[in-house]
Amino acid sequence: MLSQAVRWLTEGRLASFSGGIRPPKQTQRTLRSRVMATPIPERLIMPLTIYRKQERLTPAVRIGEAVRKYQCLATHLQDPDLILHAPTSGMITAITRDVLEIQSDGLDQALILCGNTTEKITQADILQSIGRAGIVGQGGAGYPTVKKIRLAASAGVKVLIVNAAECEPFVCCDEALIREFADQVVKGAEYLMQASAADAGVIAIESDKHEAIAAIQEPLKASSLTLRLLAAKYPAGDERILIKSLTGQEIPDSANPAERGILVQNAGTAKAVFDAVKLGQPSISRIVTVAGAPLKTPKNFSALLGTPVSDLLSWCGFEHEGHSEEPSAHLQHTDHLKIIVGGPLTGRRADMFCESVQQTTTCVIATDKINFPASGPEHACIRCGFCAEACPVRLLPQQLLLHSRNFDEHNLNSHGLHSCIECGACAYVCPSKIPLVQHFRQSKEILRDSAAERSESQLRQARYRHWQTRQGRTARRQVKQAAEPERETPFSRENARSEIAEAVARVKEKKSGKRQ
Amino acid sequence: MLPLNEQLPVTLLAWSAILLTAFFLGLRIHRTLAAEQQKQNSVVELVHAELPQTQCGRCGFPGCLPYAEAISGGEPINQCPPGGEHLILRLARLLNEPPEPLNPRHGTPQAEPLVAVIREPECIGCTKCIQACPVDAILGSAKTMHTVLTSECTGCDLCVEPCPVDCIDIVPAASQWTQRPLNRYAISRGLV
Ligand code: SF4
Ligand code: SF4
Ligand code: SF4
Ligand code: SF4
Repeated sequence: MLSQAVRWLTEGRLASFSGGIRPPKQTQRTLRSRVMATPIPERLIMPLTIYRKQERLTPAVRIGEAVRKYQCLATHLQDPDLILHAPTSGMITAITRDVLEIQSDGLDQALILCGNTTEKITQADILQSIGRAGIVGQGGAGYPTVKKIRLAASAGVKVLIVNAAECEPFVCCDEALIREFADQVVKGAEYLMQASAADAGVIAIESDKHEAIAAIQEPLKASSLTLRLLAAKYPAGDERILIKSLTGQEIPDSANPAERGILVQNAGTAKAVFDAVKLGQPSISRIVTVAGAPLKTPKNFSALLGTPVSDLLSWCGFEHEGHSEEPSAHLQHTDHLKIIVGGPLTGRRADMFCESVQQTTTCVIATDKINFPASGPEHACIRCGFCAEACPVRLLPQQLLLHSRNFDEHNLNSHGLHSCIECGACAYVCPSKIPLVQHFRQSKEILRDSAAERSESQLRQARYRHWQTRQGRTARRQVKQAAEPERETPFSRENARSEIAEAVARVKEKKSGKRQ
Repeated sequence: MLPLNEQLPVTLLAWSAILLTAFFLGLRIHRTLAAEQQKQNSVVELVHAELPQTQCGRCGFPGCLPYAEAISGGEPINQCPPGGEHLILRLARLLNEPPEPLNPRHGTPQAEPLVAVIREPECIGCTKCIQACPVDAILGSAKTMHTVLTSECTGCDLCVEPCPVDCIDIVPAASQWTQRPLNRYAISRGLV
């Protein structure tokens, strides 16, 4: 297995996978300008939940408190590696269950950072810096980076893959990042290799990102990492697909790739690691693509975490019928205008009230009629099989659709619904415009629920059995009592007195007997 | 100590007794295991595993196991309201029968999870509800206040009737603090 992996890695050919789609990239307009730092937004909204809302942070500040840039805002009670820092100075104006709001004062008063300037940086130093900076994976679900490294290191890391493949249309934050900060990304990747004690390191970029590839050649010469080019297909950047195309190894659905000695980190994470280790800077900003036809000047921003999405749109010259001036005031989702966070294929609709930049936000898209036509009527499946050809994990979406509609648990499981990565390639190619992924997402949820329901019903059954046993015992006791004859002498005060007197006499007799 | 020629038959007897016991014991264990296996594979067990175990009796049988037995004896599969449409589909597939809509005579599936709540100041501590609750979701003892363990209560309604002072309400679980995933409840029962 390992030798096979090494062969795949050292061969200089394009790494690819079966299936996939090639949607138009649409990134030229955005990449025309350099990465810009945003102005300091008036209001920052910091979410207190991370990793798909599974972990909740506890605020370390109070409402009305003045905070400085880099100050700790919230931590996890059990896990000190989950931490949130203030991206700028200002005052805390609101704390709710899920978010914390900062009113910035525009002064950007910062705490003094203490970077690591020593020659030799040890593995423990790097892990500590990453943990303190509160870095989470910038590509996918936002799993805390330190935890992932520890998990992988405990299994022995064979290869570290720096994922710079972003295959969705419009998204180009990693391309811009590498174009302008290539040496920092490579340095950060080297720190990651050192921290995880990886045997080999690879940077994976899609072959059509020429500028990024050119920019990274120079810093790579001095490092132990190698560059691997990927076929420019969607979804090349998905973790499991990436591993499969680079190493030929398929990670089963039940396993975590980190447990199999393959550590995948996003290029943006590598940059954040560099900042954390070298400058001691917590993770307070990231590069976000803001794109879409309604924007006059789409850009890549280096945005502070917590920047409201509406601010990002207005800085790009947002124009739309009726409200071109202030998108934040009355921006609403309409049939043709939707604000999508994430890529167009896997993203979700923005919540216009409190959507803000997080460490996992790659892209914000304002949609238009041409690129995002309103979904037409769904037609019947003609069993053309295009979806099966497009599916990167080689499932049979048409069969899954059939079983989803029938809610056939058994067949959904045997057709491997749990392996579906919800990439949307099948729905993209479907000539009948069937929203296949939506069906699959819902079916997955139902399967998960019915599994939970089943375990609950087992608990209920156990409790019922206890109850039955107890009922049986009570019934038997009642039967026994009914069968027993009544006490001959009914209770009376005199009887009780004489009984007590008898008992006392008995005790006395015993005692005197003992003494002799 | 007996001489050797007299020791032999005694030893033989002892050994044969041990072997015989072991043989019959093994046979017994084998029989029990086989019976267990058969029970697991039987239709009743399979059907019973699918039923929601609410033990509410709305199907017309005193609990889920009796209904499972009745189904294996040919009773229609569309009588369990807590299981809803998905249960009927699953049973239909399991038994290779055509699915039918839920029989409205047995009630309609609730659109959201319900739980019982005891109005505690009014409770007189009669313990009648404890005896009625099939899943032991009520806590209390004689002449003291009783309360419902919301996370275990299935909302089956069985405790309401026996209460002499009518202090038990059935309310939507969403209004109570519970760990159960409420939002997907309706989806998993095919109600939306
Ligand atoms: S692509 Fe659409 S129409 Fe063709 S087989 Fe798949 S689901 Fe059916
Ligand atoms: S969404 Fe699922 S079924 Fe469809 S192409 Fe992607 S992995 Fe395959
Ligand atoms: S109606 Fe359903 S849950 Fe209630 S006792 Fe009958 S089978 Fe069990
Ligand atoms: S507390 Fe009442 S409603 Fe809840 S499960 Fe017990 S008997 Fe049913």
